[in-house]
Amino acid sequence: MNIDYNADVIVVGAGPAGVSAALEVARDGRKVVLIERAKYPGSKNMYGGAVYTTALREIFKEDFNSIPYERVINSHTWSFLNDTGSFDITYKNSSATSALAIKRFDLEKWMIKVAKKQGVLFAPNTLVEKLILKEGRVVGVETEQEQYFAPIVILADGVNSLLARQIGLRADFKSKDMILSVKEAIKLDKKTIEERFNLKDDCSNGVNKQYFGSYFGNLKEYKNLFMMTFLYTFKDTIMLGVGANLEDLNKNKLNLNQILEEIKLHPDIAPLIKNGQTVEYSAHLIPETGYNKMPKLTSDGVIVTGDAAGFINSVHFEGTNFALISGKLAGESAICALEKNDFSNATLSIYRKKLEKTFILQDLYTYRNIIEKLYERSNSISIYYPKKIKELFEIIVSANCISKSSQIRKYAMSYFKDRKISELFKDIFSAIKCVIDVFFGK
Amino acid sequence: MGKEENKKSIDKKISTVKFECSQNSHLTVNQAKCAKCKQKPCLFICPANVYIQDEETKEIVVQYENCLECGACKIVCPKKTIDWNYPASSFGVVYKNS
Ligand SMILES: Cc1cc2nc3c(=O)[nH]c(=O)nc-3n(C[C@H](O)[C@H](O)[C@H](O)COP(=O)(O)OP(=O)(O)OC[C@H]3O[C@@H](n4cnc5c(N)ncnc54)[C@H](O)[C@@H]3O)c2cc1C
Ligand code: SF4
Ligand code: SF4
Repeated sequence: MNIDYNADVIVVGAGPAGVSAALEVARDGRKVVLIERAKYPGSKNMYGGAVYTTALREIFKEDFNSIPYERVINSHTWSFLNDTGSFDITYKNSSATSALAIKRFDLEKWMIKVAKKQGVLFAPNTLVEKLILKEGRVVGVETEQEQYFAPIVILADGVNSLLARQIGLRADFKSKDMILSVKEAIKLDKKTIEERFNLKDDCSNGVNKQYFGSYFGNLKEYKNLFMMTFLYTFKDTIMLGVGANLEDLNKNKLNLNQILEEIKLHPDIAPLIKNGQTVEYSAHLIPETGYNKMPKLTSDGVIVTGDAAGFINSVHFEGTNFALISGKLAGESAICALEKNDFSNATLSIYRKKLEKTFILQDLYTYRNIIEKLYERSNSISIYYPKKIKELFEIIVSANCISKSSQIRKYAMSYFKDRKISELFKDIFSAIKCVIDVFFGK
Repeated sequence: MGKEENKKSIDKKISTVKFECSQNSHLTVNQAKCAKCKQKPCLFICPANVYIQDEETKEIVVQYENCLECGACKIVCPKKTIDWNYPASSFGVVYKNS
């Protein structure tokens, strides 16, 4: 093939996956162009709120120390909401530094600065409209203005990856395999946040809360609704958002903002955001295609990475770390192909082998059925058990002058009477299956 | 929260978001197919309330200026008829605090 290449590698998308891939290639002394549709990197992106330092250190090395984060996140709460309160588990480690709260606008700006310094050619404000194919091989990209050619194109274009769809690496998405999320950035003053969340004033600690359950407000009426609420403390902002399965929203004819508004009224959450001012509203999808519905990861001249490949573990809110590490492996695989001067799918498939040796495909494999199980049992998780937890604790704490033993017996029996017994067994089997999957995962 | 109230709430929140508005829509629907679409999930699923139905003509009106570029509408559309693209370079949503 006789093509005048403009670069060794073109990377589409300057999120964590794309920046990491481009850095890897640039560090090998090769010419790499990183193309991003946003005028300001990060300004098209939203997430919950924390990046993880292990992956960042691996990718950014000594530059990591200059990351402009807002708070260290080292208090984690898992909270099961009911109509009048909640049951919480909190783990705090005031000296931990493994997660940092940072806005995407600041994160991407910083990442790009580092990448440029190390030789990445950055082209912002440039939308890739389609991939250019020659004899079935991807050889470049077409933007609104011009065509760029490179023997390898890395697709780091995020969850919607129109480009992977264009060349048939994936099928159309099903709503069942997507979580839609909305978020509000709620401004308060720094001191108020520190008082409300019991934080030191030097930003060396911060809070992440994950809320489960919809047994409150109007949401109680929805029998099958899988949703997860999250809260992160930033310096002078609280990030409050919720994600729900897109098919559940569709079936229940629900708009996600209605859910978020209901959440803001919950007695546990309302006081945390009181007098706060919403300074930004945002929406984004989270891919739940997982291991079972992974797209084709490579084809002649092209590699897919990050969210575009569905690399995420939404149970633990891990995504940027998957993106950073998978991006690096995509970069390494591109270098391999450049060294061999062979850009075929066969050569590039080393990418999958590399992924299999890391937590990326290992965790994706381990969690391959878990999300589906959670969806199947969404009524139990969102409604039934939050309610049962409340009943149990009312027995324990209400000092209601009734014999404890008789109450506990009655409570235990209720598990067999509330619902069809088969529901209880399904919950138990699903739980056992999840435990086995995690224990005997990769 | 009822539908109307929710629409108001969304409109208020959309006013917190910065947009660079393009003259051209990046989202196009096929009115003939929409007319035959029973559920019309685009009308209730969109977190930015981009799709509304004209009361007289019954056509779907696309307020693309408010789009948060999430991609949900395209996936739920049962007729797969939304021609969904990203806005041209330099247009669309500009998140600064997310
Ligand atoms: C609500 C929510 C909460 C989350 N919380 C967390 C969390 O707390 N911690 C965590 O680690 N992860 C979290 N994640 C996941 C994390 O945000 C993603 O996994 C991660 O951003 C994926 O990185 P990426 O580089 O693959 O894609 P993205 O970050 O989506 O980047 C893709 C980039 O490509 C650009 N692009 C797309 N198409 C084109 C095109 N055609 N031409 C040019 N440019 C293009 C986009 O503008 C964008 O900048 C969360 C996600 C969501 C939605
Ligand atoms: S869901 Fe699709 S087909 Fe139905 S009205 Fe909306 S855009 Fe038209
Ligand atoms: S992409 Fe999202 S915000 Fe935009 S119209 Fe579709 S559903 Fe609404």
